[in-house]
Amino acid sequence: MARLTVEHLVVRFGGCQALDDASIVAEAGHVTGLIGPNGAGKTTLFNVISGLVTPKSGRVVVDGRDITHLSPTKRGRAGVARTFQRLELFGMLSVRENLLVAAETQQRWARAGDDVAARVEGLLERLGLADVAGELATSLPTGLCRRVEVGRALAAKPRVLLLDEPAAGQDDAETRSFATLLRQVAADDVAVVLVEHDVRLVMGSCDVVNVLDGGRVLACGTPDEVQHDDAVLSAYLGAGRPA
Amino acid sequence: MDKFLTFTVIGLSTSAIYAVISSGLVLTYTTTGVFNFAHGAQGMIAAFAYWQLRFAWGWPAPLALATVLLVLAPLFGALLERVIMRGLADASEAVRLVVSISLLVGLIGLAQVIWPPGESRPMSTFFAGRQIRVWSTAVTAHQLITFACALAVAVGLRLLLHRTRIGVSMRAIVDDRPLLLLNGARTDRVALLSWAIGASLAALGGILIAPAIALDAPSLSLLIVNAYAAAIFGRLRSIPLTFVGAIVIGLTEAYLFGYLPTGNTALAGLRLAAPAILLFVVLLVLPNRRLRTGVRSRERFPCPTRAGALLFSGSVFVAGIVMATTMSRPDLVTYGKVFSFGIIALSLVPLVGYAGQISLCQLSFAGIGAVVMAHVGGASGSPLGLVLAAVVAAAVGALVALPALRLSGIYLALATAAFAVALDRWVFNLPAVRIGPLRLRLFDLGSVDVAPLRLFGYRFDSPRAQMLLAAGAFALLALGVSAVRRGRLGRRLLAMRDSEAACATFGMDLVRTRLAVFTLSAAIAGVGGAIYATQLSSITPGNFDLVSGLPIFMLVVVGGAGMVGGALFAGIGLQGLLPALARLSSLLARWQTIAPALAGLGLGRNPSGAASDVTVALAPLRRDAPVLGAMLAAMGLLWAGRLAGAFGGWPFLAGLVVALAVAAAVAQHRAGAVGAVGAVDAVDAAGPAPAAAAATATVPAPAPVPAAPPATAAPPVPALEWMGITQPWTADAVAALDRVLGLPEEGVRGGAAHG
Repeated sequence: MARLTVEHLVVRFGGCQALDDASIVAEAGHVTGLIGPNGAGKTTLFNVISGLVTPKSGRVVVDGRDITHLSPTKRGRAGVARTFQRLELFGMLSVRENLLVAAETQQRWARAGDDVAARVEGLLERLGLADVAGELATSLPTGLCRRVEVGRALAAKPRVLLLDEPAAGQDDAETRSFATLLRQVAADDVAVVLVEHDVRLVMGSCDVVNVLDGGRVLACGTPDEVQHDDAVLSAYLGAGRPA
Repeated sequence: MDKFLTFTVIGLSTSAIYAVISSGLVLTYTTTGVFNFAHGAQGMIAAFAYWQLRFAWGWPAPLALATVLLVLAPLFGALLERVIMRGLADASEAVRLVVSISLLVGLIGLAQVIWPPGESRPMSTFFAGRQIRVWSTAVTAHQLITFACALAVAVGLRLLLHRTRIGVSMRAIVDDRPLLLLNGARTDRVALLSWAIGASLAALGGILIAPAIALDAPSLSLLIVNAYAAAIFGRLRSIPLTFVGAIVIGLTEAYLFGYLPTGNTALAGLRLAAPAILLFVVLLVLPNRRLRTGVRSRERFPCPTRAGALLFSGSVFVAGIVMATTMSRPDLVTYGKVFSFGIIALSLVPLVGYAGQISLCQLSFAGIGAVVMAHVGGASGSPLGLVLAAVVAAAVGALVALPALRLSGIYLALATAAFAVALDRWVFNLPAVRIGPLRLRLFDLGSVDVAPLRLFGYRFDSPRAQMLLAAGAFALLALGVSAVRRGRLGRRLLAMRDSEAACATFGMDLVRTRLAVFTLSAAIAGVGGAIYATQLSSITPGNFDLVSGLPIFMLVVVGGAGMVGGALFAGIGLQGLLPALARLSSLLARWQTIAPALAGLGLGRNPSGAASDVTVALAPLRRDAPVLGAMLAAMGLLWAGRLAGAFGGWPFLAGLVVALAVAAAVAQHRAGAVGAVGAVDAVDAAGPAPAAAAATATVPAPAPVPAAPPATAAPPVPALEWMGITQPWTADAVAALDRVLGLPEEGVRGGAAHG
């Protein structure tokens, strides 16, 4: 059974059909890519999965449990964590505290404080944030902020991790190390869903790529298959391209 | 049937007035985004101005009306927009709220300065005595004029909004402000016009309603609060729905007035509180809002260290001891309230400062604590009263919070204000109620005596002991509130303030977190109220009404709601500085209601508040052991001199202030010298330097600029403003500069590698 199954989602904003019967599947241990032109509905799909937007119809299932009608908080408890394309960091907290809040929430009422602190320090180290752990989150450059968002999502011990353009604002070297990190996270029995414009990151780290356009899934397959799909090429390059 | 018809006519005429007022409110809110709490106060000022022209100076009514409605009110509205409201465009909701509440309090104060209360100012209705008969009931000319006005306003607004070019711009702002700006519309002109019209409508409403009730500044300003409920019916957007809301509220009031049994004192207050209760109910049935995302607040509050919190609380308690030993008995009574008000203000720190919620009913929770202390504490002043004051206030706080959890910003402010009004107009005025075996007593229809607290056999009955008690309680609670900030709950609250959506995505229970902070805050307010009550020794509902509570909220935000110092600021401001100023001159005494309002109006410039400025200014002093020691020694000497009777209270106070100011300036100078000249002089200042390094390591940068350079940079890097001047540029200096400017460090490193 797939970790995350999204079936036949339909979302309308006024006259705009943001999602039109979109379905994707994300397996644990895999990085599932989600690409498409601007306005294809990628972020809306994330918003539906994390409960910030209610779909007109369709289902969101995690580990066989239908979470379509759960509140965002309950979905978070069910193990769905995400980052935001437009950063949603806690600006009045330090980088370390940003991660701590998420880690503590998962810990509930258990009193094993050291465990949480150690896990947060480990994550800071892994994401290369140890040097800036004491700084206010908003004082950091965008690339670092994105890593803080990823760290915060990871601190919640997610089963499904939704990453919305995590590599925007990072340079080549950082993107490469980020791809490695993604593979490691996925290997830890997490279903990673990645929305990204950086084609190299997508092609280099994803097991499966879904191409979204106009709210529909145009194609789904390995990065190689998708790159040669006619429907994808026409969506990206225009229908009338020379053969 | 006659009775029904009569009250319907009365209700509809009130409705018409509410409709006029609230449509002005809706107009300004939709076009400028500022919910004008002072809208009613503007109407009140206009009513006074009209009275002055028409009755005091005997102008003919049409001339007086035209002057007020067409000249004074629009000018005043436009002036407010230009001078105050325009600067608030990108301020946070709490700051906007504080500014408009300040305006409300300030206008009430101003009215009381110009037209001192206590004099009778008769104001007759239009065409007094004239009336027509409709079926079996009489309709007065004044009522007819009121209906006509409402109708004219409805038609006029409709024409303005749908038929004129600027009206279309106004409606467009409601839909999409950025888009309108891109299309080249002049939103500032639209804002100016809508504030002018709004002020005129408020003035019209104020003049129409004033004859029905006494010309009294606070009650006139707040009676118009009833009109807010009507505006909420239209969700602050729709003018037709606002009219519907006005009719519902006006009729409800009239029928309650007509049909509730008159003999029952319990129900008498209900009539007055009905609009507030309606407002509360309407707020609750508003549709669910979406989770907040991406609040970009300009405020910056440093996280207190344990050492810093201890130092603060210790200083407060020592200050309490110094005050208790040097002040005369009446002064002790007056200034002891600094600390109890400080505690009530402290209750706002977790709520407003950490969690970014808004509550205008903290003084009502304090009132509940006070009542519990009075009755449970009894004549013996049992400490059980203090404990139960916290518990009962917390329970009521949770009860209020539960329905209010879905609200935020302006709606939360209105709901809590409605609760405060319902409490002080109705619940606090209830006679003793018997619920089963429980006999619930409140203010016993007047005032209640409160016995001093007795703890472990000691009775805190002298003003001196009470001051020490209040100072000690404030110090302890301040420690607790600082600990909350450093702990798990504090992190959650600040996270929730910045982005509810992000909190939800990792599973934070927003409802429980909010409930926790409301409960905690109400409990603190309850304790503050109980201690305040023992100091007053006799309490009335008037001690705890909405208008008295508003300055606390204002001053905590002005002082810096995110820091316990902000609470002390509010306590000192309201119960220390104002009485002291009043003592100095009787002229200042008349202005004392206006002073806090002016402070609130200045808030737009510095949203982080005064406490963070003070922390920054005193930071060098904290690190500079010799200067700090010298200052404390000087203060000790002054204290000894005062105790020995060498000089009076005022020179003593002045001496303390001078000692602090001189020490802060010297420490600042020394810190600046060390930073600028660098390693060479640091040898001379070997004493404070290690201490300074240790202190900087524990104190996070309090300034709006994160990562203060002296704290993060190694010794060779000079202070920011001396970079490249006292020493040649170094890579470290460039990196430090980049960090302060928020530039990506990676770019620098990459560039260096390529070069």
